[in-house]
Amino acid sequence: MVQGGIGMIDIRQVNKIYPGKNGKIAAVSDVNLHINKGEVFGIVGYSGAGKSTLLRCINLLERPTSGEIFIDDTNLTNMSIQELRQARQSIGMIFQGFHLASSKTAAENIAFSLQVAGMPAKKRHERVKELLELVGLADKADHFPAQLSGGQKQRVSIARAIANNPKVLLSDEATSALDPSTTKSILNLLKKINEELGITIVLITHEMEVVKEICHRCAVMQDGKVIEEGRTYDIFSNPKNDLTKKFIETILEFNIPKELMATCTGTLVKLQFEGNIANEAIVSDMLQAYPVSGNILHGKIEYIRDEPLGIFIMELLGKSDAIKEALAYLEKRMKQVEVIQHGRNH
Amino acid sequence: MDAIINILPELNKAFFETIYMVGIAILIALLIGMPLGIILYVTDNGLILENRFIKSLAGIITNLVRSIPFIILLVFLLPFTNLLLGTQIGPTAAAVPLSIAAIPFFARMVESSAREIDRGVIEAAVSVGAKPWTIIKDIILPEAKPGIISGLTITIISLIGYSAMAGTVGGGGIGDLAIRYGYYRYDNVVMYTTVVVLIVLVQVIQFSGDFIAKKINKR
Repeated sequence: MVQGGIGMIDIRQVNKIYPGKNGKIAAVSDVNLHINKGEVFGIVGYSGAGKSTLLRCINLLERPTSGEIFIDDTNLTNMSIQELRQARQSIGMIFQGFHLASSKTAAENIAFSLQVAGMPAKKRHERVKELLELVGLADKADHFPAQLSGGQKQRVSIARAIANNPKVLLSDEATSALDPSTTKSILNLLKKINEELGITIVLITHEMEVVKEICHRCAVMQDGKVIEEGRTYDIFSNPKNDLTKKFIETILEFNIPKELMATCTGTLVKLQFEGNIANEAIVSDMLQAYPVSGNILHGKIEYIRDEPLGIFIMELLGKSDAIKEALAYLEKRMKQVEVIQHGRNH
Repeated sequence: MDAIINILPELNKAFFETIYMVGIAILIALLIGMPLGIILYVTDNGLILENRFIKSLAGIITNLVRSIPFIILLVFLLPFTNLLLGTQIGPTAAAVPLSIAAIPFFARMVESSAREIDRGVIEAAVSVGAKPWTIIKDIILPEAKPGIISGLTITIISLIGYSAMAGTVGGGGIGDLAIRYGYYRYDNVVMYTTVVVLIVLVQVIQFSGDFIAKKINKR
């Protein structure tokens, strides 16, 4: 499903250039992305990186200055406006600000999508009920948006976006206006939609937490360009670009207090455990095989879409030869071993 | 007191003449001004039917009419009214300049109410593949409705004011009455009575308008 899967969205050589006061501004430049069917794909970046523009290029809310957008092998960029409207019915979109019509109830907001797709009024009622149940708002059908909480509004807007069984769901910072626990529940809903309905999801966010939680793959954007792209786990465990590292650090970094560093006399090593290695007893094997003792100063295991990624900081105490050998052993069995501070008075 | 009772039949007639000419003007404003207001809105930059030419044309026509003071428009339109109705006196004739003034006035009210709508809501409708007409009918108009009702209230009240001016050129109505008795005959009783009637009328309209706008506003 993840790598080498069937393509769903193909972004080819897309550029979006705006005329600015001091010359042209490239909001998106030369972006190529292939997003697979059934995938949850994240686009991360700071605000102004062009991720929102790129996302809006996918359903042509913004028309790319150049380049092509294919969805399920159909080229959106050369469609007539009528064809595009038709195509948009199979591309749902949700927004940070929910964008629900305030004069319509939850049910009416959802029914609007169905009406646009030409579903007869009689059938709409049934489908709306089904959708409200799916998003967990069966009892809120007749509430107006003003009577709903942020999370509930986003659920209504998700129901509206998926009402016509789209192939793709685009999410424009859908959780950025929500508190952490609501964010989590919305992410779970998106996950459910992806897994149970098979809808491909493209989401943009500045929160690495969101990517970690639900994205199979992700891309990092800076200044309109995609600077890194890959499996979310690989991005987290082995980020290449400095900006990517910065984003990862929001989740995985922790610093040992300076006072503690100063009192440590042994060798400080940072160990990164990936995937199944987390289950293996590498550290205890090492401690048994070599005459060194170890102190865990800090440790954390993060689950990147259910795959464990562990980082530990250990202090190794012992004779310097033994420590050297122990480190060599660790390096042999693990991908990432980093000596933060060498031992003193040995 | 006797003076008021004596004037009652005439006051009654004048009152309904005012209601009649303002009513016609409001009807025309709804029929022409509302679509014009929507056109002014949807043809603007970045909106569903963006069209610079139509936007400027509609804007120029609207501003043109709005820039003429009503008392001048009244005189200016006399030949047109004559051509249209064969007469230039009476409440029906007065309804013509009132309508012409009401169209752009109300159009701007509708336009500004539409501008209050969060553009994201319209964008969300575009993203589900809705046609412009569907968006106007099912999103823009319902969303702008509270604002349009308030705009309508303001338009009605302004038109009542304008209708008094129409009285000066023989249009009938409360204004006509006030001028005939109050100005030409120095009959203060009639004058004060008409002022009171106007105050009550305006209050009732404003109160009803606010009430309805508040009732249908779900924001």
